[in-house]
Amino acid sequence: MTPFHFSRAASPGEAARLGRDGATYIAGGTNLLDLMKLEVMTPDRLVDISRLDLGGIEATRKGGLRIGAMVCNSDLAADRTVREDYPVLARALLAGASGQLRNKATTGGNLLQRTRCYYFYDTAMPCNKREPGSGCGAIGGVTRLHAIFGTSPHCIATHPSDMAVALRALDAEVEVENADGKTRTVPLGDFYRLPGDTPHIETTLERGDLITAVILPASAGALQAYRKVRDRASYAFALVSVAGVMRIGKGRIEATSLAFGGVAPHPWRDASVEQMLKGQEPSHELFAKAADALVANAVTHDGNAFKVPLLKRTLTAVLAELTGAKQ
Amino acid sequence: MQTQLQINGRGYALNADPRTTLLDALRNHLGLAGSKKGCDHGQCGACTVLVNGRRINACLTLACMHDGDEIVTIEGLGEPGRLSPLQQAFVNHDGFQCGYCTPGQICSATAMLAEIEAGWPSNVTQDVAGAPELTPEEVSERMSGNLCRCSAYPNIVDAIMDVAKGKRT
Ligand SMILES: Cc1cc2nc3c(=O)[nH]c(=O)nc-3n(C[C@H](O)[C@H](O)[C@H](O)COP(=O)(O)OP(=O)(O)OC[C@H]3O[C@@H](n4cnc5c(N)ncnc54)[C@H](O)[C@@H]3O)c2cc1C
Ligand code: SF4
Ligand code: FES
Ligand code: FES
Repeated sequence: MTPFHFSRAASPGEAARLGRDGATYIAGGTNLLDLMKLEVMTPDRLVDISRLDLGGIEATRKGGLRIGAMVCNSDLAADRTVREDYPVLARALLAGASGQLRNKATTGGNLLQRTRCYYFYDTAMPCNKREPGSGCGAIGGVTRLHAIFGTSPHCIATHPSDMAVALRALDAEVEVENADGKTRTVPLGDFYRLPGDTPHIETTLERGDLITAVILPASAGALQAYRKVRDRASYAFALVSVAGVMRIGKGRIEATSLAFGGVAPHPWRDASVEQMLKGQEPSHELFAKAADALVANAVTHDGNAFKVPLLKRTLTAVLAELTGAKQ
Repeated sequence: MQTQLQINGRGYALNADPRTTLLDALRNHLGLAGSKKGCDHGQCGACTVLVNGRRINACLTLACMHDGDEIVTIEGLGEPGRLSPLQQAFVNHDGFQCGYCTPGQICSATAMLAEIEAGWPSNVTQDVAGAPELTPEEVSERMSGNLCRCSAYPNIVDAIMDVAKGKRT
């Protein structure tokens, strides 16, 4: 680890000002310290934000939920309202990492965790995300973990978060405070950026922006599911995952939102697939059609082509689970 | 960097570079070598300790971030002659071979049983809104953050189930 100056922020405003001046926030530290030990990240100033008063899970006036940025993943998954009204979120959180890590991982830090691309982690390899302009080690290399949607010739990395996939299906917004003390909310759909030719810029956050909360709208459907497929039964990142939220009325799908993990640089959504399902009677033919449409524009490499059939099957299984249709 | 730590009921003043992880502080600065370093990257659980009653990976946290925190390590759970119920159960069930992962397993299991008591669900809980059941499957899932290279898993789960059942009845 390279040396750094350490301080603890007394208020979100102080943190944001230090952040604007170039300091890096540390919350749970479970991603940042991992990367600092490998010198993939080498901040020279750390600001401890873990003791800021940004906890708490509260009902909003609009019938939704406000989740403080410092709420840890295990508290969020154990929360009564989350378990009852947003089970897809509880499920996604519980499918991620381990009991120990979830006790430390925070809501804000989870959203901003970096990719698990092997070449990003290996400072001896080229990586445009870690070292802009150095090339991409993954393209032409080992791509088992890599994306099939939203990639560019400069980077094909995936975003590894499970939580973010559920939040995307739930139409969450991120509340951000900047160094001038101004607060704004950013829909999660506008929060991450595709790699393009600047894969090192991952979000629309500006320097010094501090995530203060995540806001959920009132639950959009009682039918919710999260399914994660991985190389071992627990404590592994997703190869693919599907979060689904649905409302059914009179035997037809009234509305559904679907988000996909492990397949793109950020939690992936496809409005055309959701549109295709809307108003329809659930059937296996319909699910198969939706799955085909989802992968129509997938771009694969040798090591990740398996994700196309895997994603189709996982989506079909989730749609069957949500609608109660037998497989 | 000055940090006050409360470890196993005793106060310690640590003066160390801010880069020092809690694990390195325990092992190299404070003479508490019971917590083990397996991977140093949050991947194995050998370094599991309890901070303010919760299990965490001591390798992925800075000691200076724990000023004032209450920490319990394997040394604080029990010692020869007065083993904790889980420590005794690991002995009874042969819950180890080389023993390297064992301090982490026992610290982790101690907090894990409290999490079940508190009603926390897991990834294998059928009804995520309901009360979790105490089954070997639940225990395995909840202990997945603790790897054992000797693969003593069946006996580890037996040892934990023994203590858990004792608690419930
Ligand atoms: C072995 C292992 C397995 C894992 N498995 C999974 C898995 O299966 N699924 C999964 O989803 N995750 C997994 N994780 C990742 C884990 O979820 C993340 O490490 C964690 O969520 C990060 O949160 P943190 O609070 O520790 O972030 P930190 O490490 O503290 O911070 C991460 C980044 O976010 C920034 N940041 C933090 N908080 C804020 C804020 N409020 N405002 C602005 N910036 C902020 C920091 O500056 C830093 O750049 C795993 C991690 C490990 C080590
Ligand atoms: S895929 Fe992205 S993160 Fe991985 S090596 Fe290429 S540029 Fe780096
Ligand atoms: S040494 Fe901490 S998890 Fe492996
Ligand atoms: S007993 Fe050897 S690693 Fe678990």
